[in-house]
Amino acid sequence: MEKMKERTFLIIAGIIAGLVSVLLVLQGNPANMGFCIACFLRDVAGGLGLHRAAVVQYIRPEIIGLVLGSFAGAFYFREYRSTGGSSTVLRFFLGALMMMGALIFLGCPWRMLLRLAGGDLNALVAFPGYIFGIWVGTLFLKKGYSLGVAVQQPAPNGAAGPFFFVVLLVLVIAAPAFIFFSTEGPASMRAPLAFSLITGLLVGVLAQRARLCTMGAFRDIILFKDFYLFAGIAALFLMATAGNLVTGNFNLGFAGQPVAHTQAIWNFLGMGIVGFAAVLAGGCPLRQLILTGEGNSDAAATTLGMIMGAAFMHNFGLAASGQGVPAAGQVTVAIVWALLLIIAFTATRSAVKNVRSGFKTGHKKETPMA
Amino acid sequence: MKSLLIDCCGLSCPEPVLRARKAMLESGAKEVKVKVNTTVARDNVSRAAVSLGWKVNVEFVEEDDCYLLTLVK
Repeated sequence: MEKMKERTFLIIAGIIAGLVSVLLVLQGNPANMGFCIACFLRDVAGGLGLHRAAVVQYIRPEIIGLVLGSFAGAFYFREYRSTGGSSTVLRFFLGALMMMGALIFLGCPWRMLLRLAGGDLNALVAFPGYIFGIWVGTLFLKKGYSLGVAVQQPAPNGAAGPFFFVVLLVLVIAAPAFIFFSTEGPASMRAPLAFSLITGLLVGVLAQRARLCTMGAFRDIILFKDFYLFAGIAALFLMATAGNLVTGNFNLGFAGQPVAHTQAIWNFLGMGIVGFAAVLAGGCPLRQLILTGEGNSDAAATTLGMIMGAAFMHNFGLAASGQGVPAAGQVTVAIVWALLLIIAFTATRSAVKNVRSGFKTGHKKETPMA
Repeated sequence: MKSLLIDCCGLSCPEPVLRARKAMLESGAKEVKVKVNTTVARDNVSRAAVSLGWKVNVEFVEEDDCYLLTLVK
């Protein structure tokens, strides 16, 4: 009975997330981008001036809402805890690499679903890439991949992540002259601040309670044939598709899709990076924001890594645009895949070694009892 | 009766589930105790055990600030 209730709640959370994604587009966000963690963190990086791509600069209130909504939910239900210390710096880089893959495809897994729900068939090419990346990640999980244990940390560690987003909230409301807001391009298209913030808060609370994760959904199917988390993602997708059909935002095809390109191989490989990196980091971009709100300082590091990855991609002209993926971006894809494989191999090897020797950094040994 | 204790405190998902499943499926133990310290891991390990047809008992251990799950075949 308990299980039924949990699943129902997860499906409701998915439906609301899907609905909100459609509404945000009607309210002014770019098409098929009602919600996109990668795009919005990239806009945040631009808003802070960490990159100077003039078309993608805005401190997106949705992102702030997600983290603070999660914080509120976790705090109210006594799940907020200041934890961390599980390969923090490595997670920072995993976040950066994950973002680099997302900006080759032009979207996080959530937006991949939204693009699909809007009839963008390029996302249908990226989707198997995402599954492929997750599958590669699960191979390492099965071999014993681990980033080690997190521990209770002094309170400011857990608070630092959410606090950063409070600062962003102050900045977007006060809009001082030194921050950057696009006047043209995707980041100039935005829903009203209050609407964005409130929907972000709502989805933040729901995603925290329901443990919504676009990577876990497929990882658990591959690893355990467990379809539990998948129900939430399926609900999100179906709701968004229905919403797009009703509001006339469904356009089937490859060419001329909003904020997208048609280069199949890069869509596949870019999203593959996101899937692989998400498995290694233990959560998709959305889940990282939610964990940040729960006081997980490792996830906060991953989130900051994502912001840095976005800045890197735009500062050096590596990110894709509607025109496609630049040559340097294509080389980047190969390098990122190589780096992820190196991280996965070496972390797996050292985790396995540590389990054997019962090493105390957390790779805990199994102890037989009586 | 063979029994096994796995300490998964501090590990993030899906590692606790992977380890618990491995213990249930491969160790031959009739009882597996799993220590976890997050509600997410508690729920995920419980769900995995139930799906394998094992019974789950959850208790909160105050002094360790963790959940002790007893999985019985």
